[in-house]
Amino acid sequence: MKCDHCDKPAVVHEVVIKNNTTREVHLCAEHAAERGYQVPAAPVTQLLAQFAGQIPALQAAARRDPAAPARCAGCGLTFAEFRQSGVLGCPGCYDAFMPQIGTVIERAQGGAVHHVGRTPHRLEGMADRVAMRARLLQELDAAVAAEQYERAARLRDQLQELGEAAPEGGAS
Amino acid sequence: MKPESAAPQPARDGPDADVVVRSRARIARNVAGLPFVGRATDMQRQEVMHMVTRVPPGTAFPGGLTWVNVARTSPLERQLLVERHLVSRHFAESTVPRTVGIDRDESLSVMVNEEDHLRIQTILPGSRLREAFERARAFDLAAESVIDFAFSSRWGYLTACPTNVGCGVRLGVMLHLPGLRFSGEMERVKRAAKDMHLAIRGYYGEGTEALGNFYQVSNQLTLGLGEDELLRRFEQETLPQLVDYERSARRALAESNPMLLEDKVHRAVATLRAARLLGAEEATKLLANVRLGICMDLLPDIALDLVQRLLLQVQPAHLARMDPAAADEEKGRSARAQLVRRALRP
Repeated sequence: MKCDHCDKPAVVHEVVIKNNTTREVHLCAEHAAERGYQVPAAPVTQLLAQFAGQIPALQAAARRDPAAPARCAGCGLTFAEFRQSGVLGCPGCYDAFMPQIGTVIERAQGGAVHHVGRTPHRLEGMADRVAMRARLLQELDAAVAAEQYERAARLRDQLQELGEAAPEGGAS
Repeated sequence: MKPESAAPQPARDGPDADVVVRSRARIARNVAGLPFVGRATDMQRQEVMHMVTRVPPGTAFPGGLTWVNVARTSPLERQLLVERHLVSRHFAESTVPRTVGIDRDESLSVMVNEEDHLRIQTILPGSRLREAFERARAFDLAAESVIDFAFSSRWGYLTACPTNVGCGVRLGVMLHLPGLRFSGEMERVKRAAKDMHLAIRGYYGEGTEALGNFYQVSNQLTLGLGEDELLRRFEQETLPQLVDYERSARRALAESNPMLLEDKVHRAVATLRAARLLGAEEATKLLANVRLGICMDLLPDIALDLVQRLLLQVQPAHLARMDPAAADEEKGRSARAQLVRRALRP
């Protein structure tokens, strides 16, 4: 759009409503400055491009904002609901509301941040089983490479007896 | 559950029986893969009940457990369970599907669908914290053999309230602390307890009054130290210290103002032997003073276990269970007075 007073492109656009009549004003930088308007130093298109570049950072900041509503994907509980009741909705809430829940626990538990007590039977020895499985697989590779097929068969049987050394579970 | 035969009571010469009324261990557990009780559907709560009531109790509980569907009990029966400390008030008043399993000698109770899916609790008379914990742990292990509990390697056993996360174990004792109360030391003890991460609560737990100067003391920390260390600290450090404080306060009271002490004790006995109408609260307070008198060797003719039994029998639901007419408040006051008069007859 051109300036109302010359052929230069308008950089200021204003709608004036007076006595029930509407009038549009379009001015170039020079005529706008003459009439006391503050003219942007950079064209709008350039400003928009700069703003667009900042969007990912703004989105990341919104994610970090503690006031932003957080909801547990497992049970739908919000952190605000937890703060009101003091009770979590499901085991998954412990992960969903990190790190806030970590702070709550640390405060309630005299600064402690790690469990050091008993482990359920089903998880006991899990680390041992993982290590044993890795060692047997290594020995199996070596036996096959050395063409020791009887030994390799024995090692394969042992691996089958050991079963799958599954990762930790149960927290959901 | 017979109200006239209260749960086993401490022997006169039981360890620390003068101060420690009973010991309690409680373990909180939740089933993996299900929402906690507050967020679960009724169907999921029923599913938990189905799982837990099928736990083989093992050799620690030879008679097995009797499961009571709490939703089908009367208000009087629920009150009876609360008075026996077999269930919490919260559990008794809840409206969700719930059940409680009780062993033959009423020392173990397993609340299903309290704040957590399982609240395994053992209460034993006197100072028997280790034994109480071992009994609760026996059921915990039996349950864990058939149920996957929610657990994370960082936080330990996951509980609905983060204040229970970790080992999920709460150890507690009910203490009789008239010496500290009468000498005005109770507030100082409460402050010291807070620094030691201990909770001090009233007769029926959180939010209740310390009726008769009975206080429940329990650990607040459940994370960062294992069950055995928790037990060791409570048994070897916390409890002896509290027992010593109370005994010192009683000794100081007996030395500085023996007449005041004797007056409290004998006035209580006289009132209980003469009263024609007695409320539950008044009876509890007076019996608590009699208990103090026995422990201070002022009442050689009254047995401690008799007073312990009366402390339970004078509670409203116990009285109403023995005599249905006593459900009426006025008749209850009369029946309570008669019960106590007969029991304490010289």
